[in-house]
Amino acid sequence: MSFESVLAPQVGESIKEVRILSWKKGSGDLVRSGEVLLEIETDKASVEVAAPFSGKLEITKAAEETVLVGSVIGKIDTSVKVEAGAASASSSTPSASAKAAPSPALSNGSASPSGTIRKDKDSFLAEVSTTAPSVSNSPSTPRSPAATHVPEKLIPGETRKALSRLRLKIAENLVRAQNEFAILTTFNEVDLTQVGELRAKHKDDFKKKNGVGLGYMSFFTRACCLALKDQPLLNASIDGTDMILRDFVNMGVAVGTDRGLVVPVLRNADKLSFAQIEQSIAAFADKAKNNKLSIDDMSSGTFTISNGGVYGSLLSTPILNPPQSGILGMHNIVKRPIVVNDKIEIRPMMYLALSYDHRIVDGKEAVSFLVNIKKRLENPTELNLDF
Amino acid sequence: MESFDLVVIGAGPGGYVSAIRASQLGLKVACIESRKTLGGVCLNVGCIPSKALLDSSEKFFELSHMKDHGIQIEKPKLDLKKMIERKNKVVERLTGGIDMLFKKNKVTRIEGKGKLLKADGALQKIQIDLNGSLKTIEAKNVILATGSAPTQIPFLKVDEKTVVTSTGALNFEEVPSHLLVVGGGYIGLEMGSVWARLGSKVTVIEFMDSLLPTMDQEIVRDFKKTLEAQGLQFKLGTKCTAYENKKGKALLTVETKDGAKETIEGSHVLVSVGRTPFTEGLGLEDAGVTKDVRGFVPVNDRFETNIKNVYAIGDLIGGAMLAHKAEEEGVLLAEQLAGKAGQIDYALIPGVIYTDPEVASIGFTEEELKLKNVSYIKGSFPYLANGRAIAMGKLGGKIKILAHSHTHKILGVHIMGAQASTLIGEAVIAMNKRMTLEDMAHACHPHPTLTEAMKEAAMAALGHAIHI
Repeated sequence: MSFESVLAPQVGESIKEVRILSWKKGSGDLVRSGEVLLEIETDKASVEVAAPFSGKLEITKAAEETVLVGSVIGKIDTSVKVEAGAASASSSTPSASAKAAPSPALSNGSASPSGTIRKDKDSFLAEVSTTAPSVSNSPSTPRSPAATHVPEKLIPGETRKALSRLRLKIAENLVRAQNEFAILTTFNEVDLTQVGELRAKHKDDFKKKNGVGLGYMSFFTRACCLALKDQPLLNASIDGTDMILRDFVNMGVAVGTDRGLVVPVLRNADKLSFAQIEQSIAAFADKAKNNKLSIDDMSSGTFTISNGGVYGSLLSTPILNPPQSGILGMHNIVKRPIVVNDKIEIRPMMYLALSYDHRIVDGKEAVSFLVNIKKRLENPTELNLDF
Repeated sequence: MESFDLVVIGAGPGGYVSAIRASQLGLKVACIESRKTLGGVCLNVGCIPSKALLDSSEKFFELSHMKDHGIQIEKPKLDLKKMIERKNKVVERLTGGIDMLFKKNKVTRIEGKGKLLKADGALQKIQIDLNGSLKTIEAKNVILATGSAPTQIPFLKVDEKTVVTSTGALNFEEVPSHLLVVGGGYIGLEMGSVWARLGSKVTVIEFMDSLLPTMDQEIVRDFKKTLEAQGLQFKLGTKCTAYENKKGKALLTVETKDGAKETIEGSHVLVSVGRTPFTEGLGLEDAGVTKDVRGFVPVNDRFETNIKNVYAIGDLIGGAMLAHKAEEEGVLLAEQLAGKAGQIDYALIPGVIYTDPEVASIGFTEEELKLKNVSYIKGSFPYLANGRAIAMGKLGGKIKILAHSHTHKILGVHIMGAQASTLIGEAVIAMNKRMTLEDMAHACHPHPTLTEAMKEAAMAALGHAIHI
């Protein structure tokens, strides 16, 4: 017998622990190199891990366990030959298998198969120059706090369940935003009569042409991108004593899933057409439903839109998604009597909320941003319609 | 035609290791080697035999200096023939060991000279000259690992008797009365040390103004003084201009930067001015693989040459021409070909000179950090303040640590002193794990050992060494 280890893969720069969601194969099963072995969950996403070798599997860490990246979670007895259509290393062209390696099940858990494997001297210098001292046991730096929490005793009727990594990360981010940012929320309302008419008029053509429906999100995304050009601080972020300004918008779109809230990011949303926006959102929703969103899908957002309206929310104060400086809250559309040209009319109205980081954005910009969006949505010709 | 997933040309440390690793990962592998024994220069005429002689000569030298320890010995007698035989046995044992490893790992060994032919479709073709009879095999991937050969000086014709490379210097039949070492690098200093211990007068002629210009110069200055105290003579900033063999005497004419000429009379000359990539007969031109002006085969950051599915590693691609660097590259490339991945940090290739005392280093030198404008702090700790070193009677040497002044992460460790080659292992792990001075300083080290000097050097950099 000759055993090779299955390691908990490295799935992102800062991720040190992963939780095993479920094994797709059992101990004793014959597995082929490249087959999905298990699903793991990190702070940000769940990832499928493929078998790094062919052979007989032996599981050493069960589902639900949290393990360190790089630690052994199972073994594969490679002396057991796996027959029939085996995609074994020797029968596939090695360069192809290198590219197609479907998961980060790496030998030493430090690199992606597509990245460089030859790191030059300067990259080492950059690495050790930028991080704070990682002192593991210096007396001047407290050791990481030990698990001092004493679990509460349960009373009849109570049950205990571990928080998922995703939930813990959400909690950590929310608290961080509340602690570090000066969050303030400003409100406005928008009359969606014209947007509604446009949607009704174009929805069949749009669907036929693009395969997805013409929803409200593309209008709001476009309105935000245009307004962010006018109020760029809402698209900036604080970095130490500097701020980072951007000439692009990576729009985070908050999506609720049954495992918690995730925020996939539309890269360069300011350059996407209405159709591209709707298609991307549909693709993300699909991925989210199947737990297929990757870390990449959810990184690098510069502004976020959160739509509580789909659940019927009238009004809310969203919390920022660090290190971003702005988040727009959309709400439900309700027919309300409003005054138009000195007459009371029935209009489909939505309240808008903008939470912003008051450290970098002043009230004037925040309010102007909401008014900007409101004007564009009420006069859609100012949205540079392209469908 | 026999077909393989991978054919490795060259069974040196890079080649044989990559062949074994690739086979372990399920590839069908052949390794072509023209030598009768595996292991390349390193095992046959390099690292291993030179270390065998270094250890033997060190024992001989130590025995002559036992009085201080309270041991009286009559003058030890040298049996050079036996010493060389022992060295050959060491080589035999290790090269034979690779044969066993090939068998165990099912690597097909092909004895002959491998030549790359022009690719035909997706597969690479390799022609093998098996003692005159030609055979062709094909492979999905080829790794070129043919290593390097000693660089020659045109007017200093090597006969491996009087004028020798490292190969001949491992097989002198008698102790040279005066060995002239041309080139004061690792090889020249190690072989010079061997023969100096066995009784040779040794003169090192180096073209550069300092020895070992890529190493930390503070250490090198101490090192030079130590070697001089042992009787080695150095002529720096000096080049050789002519050579004559007059009645068995080696007459070498040298010239300093100022134009001052002199002729030095020696019994033997060791040419150790570096190594040149070895690609003769490898068929690079036919296959279209490019070389750079110095003869190295350029590869990208995944070891690919300009020809698809043809890779190169080790001395052939330049960088530190060291066995362990080639081995690391071999393993990484094999894993890459099998769809896995890893990384090699070229900043973290350790280097050792096996003289007495040894010199070992890893990471950046102080000179490099200055050049790159990196803000650093440093600390050093001398052997003469370490209890174990005093007990051993090995007072010469120091450990020097360089670290980033903000992050305190260790940037370089440089050692001269007894067992430096073993001590550097601690720094290898520390730097690969991006450890800080604090990490090193607060780890409890065993007492009394030389490793305490490493801990103290880290403490010195933090401003609070205890024992000095």
